[in-house]
Amino acid sequence: MGLQAYLVLSAVVFCLGLFGVITRRNTIGILLGVELMLNAVNINLVAFGRFRGDLAGLVFPVFAIAITVAEAALGLAIVILLFRVRRTVMADHLDLLRG
Amino acid sequence: MMADVTALALVALLLPAVSFLILAVVVPLRRLGRPAAYVSLLCAGGALAAAALAWRGAAERSRLVWDWIPAEAGPLATIGVLVDHDSTSMLLLVALVAFLVQLYSIGYLSDELPYALGRYYTYQSLFAFSMMALVLAPNFVQLFIAWELVGLSSYLLIGFWYHKPAAARAAVKAFWTTKLGDVGLLIGIVMLWRHTGTFDLTELQAMVNSGTVAAAGLSVMTFCIYLGAVGKSAQFPLHIWLPDAMEGPTPVSALIHAATMVTAGVYLLHRTSWLFALTPEVLAIVVWIGALTALLAAVLACVQDDIKRVLAYSTVSQLGYMMAAIGAGFSAAGFFHLLTHGLFKALLFLGAGAVIHAVGSNDLSRMGGLVKRMPQTAVLFIIGSLALAGIPFFGGFLSKEDVLGTVWEGGHVVPFAILMLVAFLTAFYMFRVVFLAFFGAEALVAHAHAAAASSADHASAHGAGHGPGSHGSDGHAAGGHGIPHDPPAVMRLPLWILAVLSTMTGAYVTVSGPELFLGHLEHEPTSPAWLMPAAVAVAGAGIALAWLTYQRAVLDAERLASSMGVLRTAALAKFWMDDAFEAVYYRVFLGFSRMVGWLDRYIVDGVLNVVSEWTVVGGDKLRAMQTGRAQDYVVAVGAGLLAMLIWIGWGR
Repeated sequence: MGLQAYLVLSAVVFCLGLFGVITRRNTIGILLGVELMLNAVNINLVAFGRFRGDLAGLVFPVFAIAITVAEAALGLAIVILLFRVRRTVMADHLDLLRG
Repeated sequence: MMADVTALALVALLLPAVSFLILAVVVPLRRLGRPAAYVSLLCAGGALAAAALAWRGAAERSRLVWDWIPAEAGPLATIGVLVDHDSTSMLLLVALVAFLVQLYSIGYLSDELPYALGRYYTYQSLFAFSMMALVLAPNFVQLFIAWELVGLSSYLLIGFWYHKPAAARAAVKAFWTTKLGDVGLLIGIVMLWRHTGTFDLTELQAMVNSGTVAAAGLSVMTFCIYLGAVGKSAQFPLHIWLPDAMEGPTPVSALIHAATMVTAGVYLLHRTSWLFALTPEVLAIVVWIGALTALLAAVLACVQDDIKRVLAYSTVSQLGYMMAAIGAGFSAAGFFHLLTHGLFKALLFLGAGAVIHAVGSNDLSRMGGLVKRMPQTAVLFIIGSLALAGIPFFGGFLSKEDVLGTVWEGGHVVPFAILMLVAFLTAFYMFRVVFLAFFGAEALVAHAHAAAASSADHASAHGAGHGPGSHGSDGHAAGGHGIPHDPPAVMRLPLWILAVLSTMTGAYVTVSGPELFLGHLEHEPTSPAWLMPAAVAVAGAGIALAWLTYQRAVLDAERLASSMGVLRTAALAKFWMDDAFEAVYYRVFLGFSRMVGWLDRYIVDGVLNVVSEWTVVGGDKLRAMQTGRAQDYVVAVGAGLLAMLIWIGWGR
């Protein structure tokens, strides 16, 4: 399998994640979608690192995963706080920004 | 001694200003009425004394100036006093008439409410100060400021009875009409400054004398300055405000017509006569306009039935005389006539005020036979009329003859003929008034008896006549006053002073020439020998015609009038001048204003309104895009990103 197959996989995962972010009504589902999109990027990085022989491509995802973990923790904390205040985690109901 | 003279002039100038400030600031004093009048009168008296002393002391030109708007190359504008023979003569006239008018007003306006009286004297002080500042102005800047202040105070005084619609309109008309000329004056002053680099009269005169002022373009400037004088001195075609200014109290008319306001234009031209001498073409216009104004106003004066309007038109006519003399190149004759005219015209107006005060009406047809009821007023009025007609040994004789001689000498034959005709008309219309008002049947007495008989309670009519309803009318209600009588002493005294002064100066200058007023003149007009008898004969003929028509009734007044045909119709319609101005005002100015208003409302505002409407509607539409849901924004971001990627890819 060549580089192209990994890139296609990455794109598919990214699109799945984007789809989830756009369509999930539950905030936690949206967070899961974001995780998928981030991991699609990681796949990209690793694939390029492997085929180009560039170590940076392998090191970078380690940082990205660490940040993703922190982001997930922060995101979930916000969701919990949101639930406490608004009694809902449904994204449709969170439209205070409406013009 | 010089310093003393300038200091005296300064005192004369500042006393009315002090009085004005006191009355304007100390409101309780002003509200008291009488005490306010005494403050103003005291200051006017002081100013008169200072002016008289300055007049006695003034030998040659001296000045006292302070820098006002300093510029790098010396003071741009100064403020101060310029004292010489002319300005002190004028100052004395202003101070004298202002003082006498204020004195007279105490009696004349005794029915006014106290606060109105206080207001009246506040304005009077401002008027006196403005005129003195104008007379003593050492440069064009101060002159223009004082010029506008004079216009403002005459506006305030003409509209003193502002609750009378006619008075309010007359005040606006006076202000508006003179303002037309003032714009010309301002433009002329600024152009002259650009041309010569100075506002200062003395510097300017020195430049003119040394011949360093380029003649090119100068005539435009002098014409613009002349325009200012046309407005202020009621020359054709801007004379229309002056007869309407009669709506003010009669003492105000006396002040405006004799010493202040209308004389300002003549004085300005006399003051700058060395400048006008450089532009003979403008002077020719001045002569012709002056003569035309004199004729027009004299004809109009013959058909008026309102005693004050006759006098108003006679003032316009005499101003025409003065302007003609100035235009003929010998401005001192015009200035001389201005001074003598100031005395006897104040006398005539104050005398007319006494008549109106007694009769309760301006209408000549309601007077008649007053000589028996108010003999002193009659004598005084006749003295004034003789002076105006130009009878020897009375006030206006020599000055009028000087004017005629000047115009003749200047080679203006047609204006000279016009002015001779005007002299005839002047004598005629003045004695028409004299015979109608003071002789003949006692029209009013019968009227007053009828009024007294018809009103059951005479006392109540009297009371009503003095109630708030009567304030704002010239004089008392006739029914409340009964038989006319000579005015009280406070009003008689100024009349006698003016009559004596006018006659004394008239007699004096008839014998010894005009040096008393004008100082030594290098150039006397050498009028031909036949002129003096001719002028007197013409005046005599005018008086005789009036006597035959209105006293002896040898000539029927109606037939005499109708023999004039079209001329009479035209005169009754004021030569359609007022109508023409009104038409111009309503059609052109209001039409233009309406057009501008329409443009502003529908084009300028319209564009703005459409744009703002679009913004509001567009915003309403656009706000639907902002759902506030984070996912919708993500869709937009994703779509945008995709579009950008496609766009970039397309380029390859």
